[in-house]
Amino acid sequence: MNASLLQRLAAKPWLWAYLGALAIWLATIAFTEGRGGGDVLTAALSFATFSVIVAIGQMYVITLGPGNVDLSIPATITLAGAVSMKIMDGQDAMILPGLLIALGCGVGVGVGNYALIRLLRIPPIIATLSSSFIVLSAAISYSRGIRIKPPPMLADFTTWIVAGIPVLAVAAVVLTAIMSVVLHRTIYGRTVTALGQNARAARLAGLPVDRTRFATYVLCGAFAGLNGYLLSGFSGGAALNMGSEYLLASIAVVVIGGTSVAGGFANLPGLWGAAMLLFLLVTMLNTYGFGAGVRLVLTGLIIIGVITLAGGKRQAR
Amino acid sequence: MSQPQTDPILVHLDGVAKSFGAVQALARVSFDIPQGACIGLVGHNGAGKSTLMHILAGSLTAGSGRIVVEGVDLTDRYGIATANAHGIRCVFQELSLCPNLSVAENARILHPSLKGWGWRKRAATLIRDRLDAVFPQHGIDPDAIVGDLSIARRQMVEIARAFSISDRPVKLVILDEPTSSLDAVLAGQLLAYVRRFVAEGGSVVLISHLLGEVLSTADRIVVMRDGKIVAEREAGAFTRTSLVECMGSMVQAEEGAGTPTKRLGDIPVVSAAPATRSATLPGGTSLLAHRGEIVGLAGLGGHGQTDMLMRIFDGAARPIPGVAVDGKVAIVAGDRQTDGVFPLWSIADNMTIASLGQMARRWLIDSRAEQGMAEDWRRRIGIRTDDVDMPILSLSGGNQQKVLFARALGSSATIILMDDPMRGVDIGTKQEVYAMLRAEAAKGRTFLWYTTEMDELKHCDHVYVFRDGRIVTDLARSELTEERVLQSSFEAAA
Repeated sequence: MNASLLQRLAAKPWLWAYLGALAIWLATIAFTEGRGGGDVLTAALSFATFSVIVAIGQMYVITLGPGNVDLSIPATITLAGAVSMKIMDGQDAMILPGLLIALGCGVGVGVGNYALIRLLRIPPIIATLSSSFIVLSAAISYSRGIRIKPPPMLADFTTWIVAGIPVLAVAAVVLTAIMSVVLHRTIYGRTVTALGQNARAARLAGLPVDRTRFATYVLCGAFAGLNGYLLSGFSGGAALNMGSEYLLASIAVVVIGGTSVAGGFANLPGLWGAAMLLFLLVTMLNTYGFGAGVRLVLTGLIIIGVITLAGGKRQAR
Repeated sequence: MSQPQTDPILVHLDGVAKSFGAVQALARVSFDIPQGACIGLVGHNGAGKSTLMHILAGSLTAGSGRIVVEGVDLTDRYGIATANAHGIRCVFQELSLCPNLSVAENARILHPSLKGWGWRKRAATLIRDRLDAVFPQHGIDPDAIVGDLSIARRQMVEIARAFSISDRPVKLVILDEPTSSLDAVLAGQLLAYVRRFVAEGGSVVLISHLLGEVLSTADRIVVMRDGKIVAEREAGAFTRTSLVECMGSMVQAEEGAGTPTKRLGDIPVVSAAPATRSATLPGGTSLLAHRGEIVGLAGLGGHGQTDMLMRIFDGAARPIPGVAVDGKVAIVAGDRQTDGVFPLWSIADNMTIASLGQMARRWLIDSRAEQGMAEDWRRRIGIRTDDVDMPILSLSGGNQQKVLFARALGSSATIILMDDPMRGVDIGTKQEVYAMLRAEAAKGRTFLWYTTEMDELKHCDHVYVFRDGRIVTDLARSELTEERVLQSSFEAAA
């Protein structure tokens, strides 16, 4: 019984991300001789939360099948952050309208992206990249570089930590669980996975192909918008470069987490392992005192290593 | 008799056999291709003609048997290069030009001797001369990019290229359905050129479904059926009728393979006009299907049957002129890999995907209902597995096909479209599925069944024969004979 449980666990594609994160954390606290281990985890959870929120959307898009990716996430984060901060203007009473506006920005970008993809038949990689230039320009001209502080309640909520665990991370875990159920147990989720495996067969099985693709790009935009809103609250206001690191992060987290880049196979638990791994990796290299150059090279090599390991395991299965 | 070779036989095939998995495509075929002769090769789809020609061209390796060219046994080292070196060229049904290259550049591919400065010019001259010879006034620019040419012109280039000569002689040209995209004038020019080529001592194998052109052009005609040669005679000894008889199975199976289903309801649930209507046939014939009916779509492969099924499938979802569908539609794909299977999923997931709507409670899919359906259909259709949660790819092709049948039959669709779904399915399974189709039809479901197998048409209440995207014949079960289907598949005005 125990053996079969272990076997089942070993077959899970997300296991490698968690093992990697654990190994890196142990390596870090071994260096500091156990000091600050808990603090590192708290920080990792805080920052992983933001990566996971955008990665959920990206994962759904990537699962749609080869060629599907959303490169407009950073621009959407910036736009949603800038617009919602300006509208809320630091007032607690505007927290809810601000959230809706941030989500609205994301939905708008998603609708625009899918219009480019479907109506003008532009490949998603080009469509979302070019739309991101327009969105970012809109954010720049809208905010004019003025940094507006978030409402105090929003700032408090996003940085609230209880017993070493960020409350926002708990909320994001709940969101991840919900999206996992959506992926596996709703017709929408099944259709996304079916499309990624064989789009033609999905159409012939009578699944709503166009509607599902549309909903997925909109969903991804909405998650990016949510991220922009929360991240602005967390970091004391919107900044024009606030989204830039989430371009690579959203894709890397999806892939390291065990989701197939070719589409048709996704899992949500892996996102957390992968996001923690990426943050802990940088922390470890900082702790060891490596320079920026070495750090980037090692980050790249370790990501390649994890993907190879996880990918190889999945093939063997 | 100035020729160095005294052997009048150019190619001698002896007991050539080939099987793909369990399917025997060629069963010990022997025949000779003499010098200076045109051999016509006829037979319906899957008779083994193309397999035989692929072996002769070197693109397939024979499972057993000998290939002797000009008296030399080449069996062990036969391949595309060997075939080419001995002057054997082939124009396949699936055109093989590179669409991104020009006509001249494509010609060069076959002639490695064209090299050094100005090879493009020499290649252009080579292909232009041959085009001029085969198709006078062809109007094809050797510098044109092949992808920009019409399908007919591409076929002309392909043919001209096969007959072109540089440093190597051309001794035998295999033409597989060469006139399928050519109009009557171009076809006439080609056939006249074939006769000239043969008169000069060349050999040609002509494969065609147009019996008229085979009868008029070939010296000898070889008829194939089920991977065997069933007749070989001088062309003059055949008539169109005797050819058709040779191609079909002579033994008529007992009338009606099952109890006929009766038409339920007078109003058709499907009525669809083909997309291409000829001006000569005003209105064309529309396909009608009633409740409880099994309707067959017959004719040669690729003559519009699949397009028709897709039109009906689309017509059920959105309005399409000329198509009226009353009811939910499901499709059983014949091309499993492309059209049917989700390769990363389990058997159960693959089976239930079209029925999830009925299994959803509010937003969530009920896993117990899903498991129940999968188990139920595993038993009913006899899928050979212990566990429906195993990956679909753990099943054999025939069993995967059963999963696709279960997907369609288990859905709430009342109209089932079947796109030649029995490819690669063994005979036992077929019998089980036929019985299931009849039972479902008796319960009121409608089946539209495209099949290339004559035996399967005998399960249909009504058969529409397709040719060139049109319905040319409409046969009730009582009028259905293999001869009539073949006759209408080949020539409308026979």
